[in-house]
Amino acid sequence: MSKILVIAEVAGAKLRKTTLSAITFARNSGLPFDLLVVGHNVGAAAEDLRADGAGVVKVADDASLANYVAEAFTPTVAEAAKGYAVVAVTASSFGKDLAPRVAVRLGAGLASDISAVEASGGALTYRRPMYAGNANAKMQITTAVQVVSARQSEFAAAAPSGGASPVEKVAVVANPLAGRVEFLGFDEVKSARPDLAEAGTVVAGGRSLKSADGFKTVLEPLVDVFGAAMGASRAAVDAGYVPNDLQVGQTGKVVAPKLYIAVGISGAIQHVAGMKNSKVIVAINKDPEAPIFQLADYGLVADLFKAVPELTDAVKKVRAEG
Amino acid sequence: MKILVSLKRTADPDNANKIKIGAGGAKIETTGLEPKANPFDEYAVEASLRLIENGQTKARNAGDKLTVVSFGPKETATSIRQALAMGADDGLLYVTDDESLDGDLVARSLAKVVEAQKPDLVILGKQAVDGDSNQVGQALAELLQWPSATFAMSVELSADKKTAIVGREVDGGVVKLKLTLPAVITVDLRIVSPKSVVNHVTPATFNYADGARFTPLPMIIKAKTKPIVEAPIASLGVDVALKSKYVEFALPPARKGGVKVKDVAELVEKLRSEAKVL
Ligand SMILES: Cc1cc2nc3c(=O)[nH]c(=O)nc-3n(C[C@H](O)[C@H](O)[C@H](O)COP(=O)(O)OP(=O)(O)OC[C@H]3O[C@@H](n4cnc5c(N)ncnc54)[C@H](O)[C@@H]3O)c2cc1C
Ligand SMILES: Nc1ncnc2c1ncn2[C@@H]1O[C@H](COP(=O)(O)O)[C@@H](O)[C@H]1O
Repeated sequence: MSKILVIAEVAGAKLRKTTLSAITFARNSGLPFDLLVVGHNVGAAAEDLRADGAGVVKVADDASLANYVAEAFTPTVAEAAKGYAVVAVTASSFGKDLAPRVAVRLGAGLASDISAVEASGGALTYRRPMYAGNANAKMQITTAVQVVSARQSEFAAAAPSGGASPVEKVAVVANPLAGRVEFLGFDEVKSARPDLAEAGTVVAGGRSLKSADGFKTVLEPLVDVFGAAMGASRAAVDAGYVPNDLQVGQTGKVVAPKLYIAVGISGAIQHVAGMKNSKVIVAINKDPEAPIFQLADYGLVADLFKAVPELTDAVKKVRAEG
Repeated sequence: MKILVSLKRTADPDNANKIKIGAGGAKIETTGLEPKANPFDEYAVEASLRLIENGQTKARNAGDKLTVVSFGPKETATSIRQALAMGADDGLLYVTDDESLDGDLVARSLAKVVEAQKPDLVILGKQAVDGDSNQVGQALAELLQWPSATFAMSVELSADKKTAIVGREVDGGVVKLKLTLPAVITVDLRIVSPKSVVNHVTPATFNYADGARFTPLPMIIKAKTKPIVEAPIASLGVDVALKSKYVEFALPPARKGGVKVKDVAELVEKLRSEAKVL
């Protein structure tokens, strides 16, 4: 019977929540699935996944896999994937990097960054956004084995389904390129705030905040009063006001929170591609013609330097009243 | 050193919201949208030039060369010509329709071109902004069994040009990898910031202007004399069967614009009683 192998994502030996979106993909496909955890000292991560409904939780654990390097992971993943009809991973930076290589190893076609899956007559049809989300395409893979990366914002994190899948060790395949690619380090951006891709509320700022200090003194209080994640436009990231990984958009993170507040962001199509599926969109912009107002549920034409502190205070008050 | 950059022609990405869907959902129509080089590929050309020149004097490092390759319709030559005007030396165009390509076929075709051209580095955009599939560079590296780094925001070439340290933009920060050439790199947006490329020829004090370079008229004129070799994609001897099949296209459901509120008080009121998010 055809089965799916879901690749878990770990960072620093800890399971990343992204994994739960790939599990939802597997459940939506209606096919039985197993899980594969690759890394070093990932026993606890594998343990965390036992209640998610997998037939087996497979583990490849080795010191050579302590840090994600495509060349090191690909052979092990491809070997474990033998016999499966579908290999699935969430389209995070990890999944986007890994999936195409695994597909090549398996001679499989790739459906990348999909937003939905439909099963009918034994075949899977995938939906994927193209042209910065301005078209939805339905596509199929013509090879017997298929590799899929699923968009986190469109596949809600799976809740545990109970049970206790058995854990099984699988072989670690040596990296043929070990001598030619070396992991030097990970410069992590530490933040106490929720992850952009997982937050219920995102407050995002644009070029108009003018400086890193503008983000700190004007935007951050609003972010924190909501307990939100912070996002940014490309222009704000390029200018160095905030770290790269806060960029929302076609080529940054795609988010779909309950509430998205765009502060001083014009609404270029590349930005819109990353946030238009948010439930409620608020835009604050001093230009009444800014394109962001075409999709905002609530638009406020105002100078952000005045409106944002006011809004922060008002929300604080509402929160205090309960 | 020899660098190969792949470049895709895309419909004007800043106006992607003006695409239409052909009858019965059979096709995405881009009529009326100006064809432009995929912006990430323009950044790949810019990064490559920064690797093979002295940024200060603009002198090309002796023996270094940049070739641009594309797969697409004949008109793609115009986009290759733009890259030549930026400073690339020559172009290769393997002619086919866009519909007859998928990421897998592009990667397998590129692998053939690499075998013939023997570059030290292949630099690609991280994604083509029409298909948004983000796969060719990764697949190419796997096919070639070359070390690789995707989503590059910085590249530092060693003085002996044998290794490169690449900073990769990933979730949660930046990963640094050291690659032994030949290698594959896919570039992200920040690769065109002022100090993102280091080649030990350009003085450390030199700052590039942000973004891909402008092409002055003399360069445009010079580009007209640079060679673009055209051949059918079949000449590469690849199996042209596609591994993916698009069955239908549709416009996404349009999002209705909402209301403008007059002040912060009204906004808070609406968020509380109407949207119920407060
Ligand atoms: C290949 C490529 C990929 C890209 N990918 C992305 C992406 O993933 N994400 C992304 O965001 N962009 C992306 N972009 C860039 C995108 O095209 C826009 O340039 C960018 O989103 C603009 O950012 P911005 O809205 O902050 O700046 P601007 O366009 O400069 O807009 C600033 C806005 O702030 C308003 N404003 C100014 N001052 C105030 C004030 N005091 N109070 C209130 N409002 C004020 C202005 O009216 C204006 O609307 C990409 C571009 C390219 C070419
Ligand atoms: N038809 C093509 N011709 C040349 N290069 C391409 C083509 N399609 C994709 N590429 C290259 O592969 C990169 C990634 O594209 P993709 O995987 O399709 O998102 C692009 O930035 C290009 O460098």
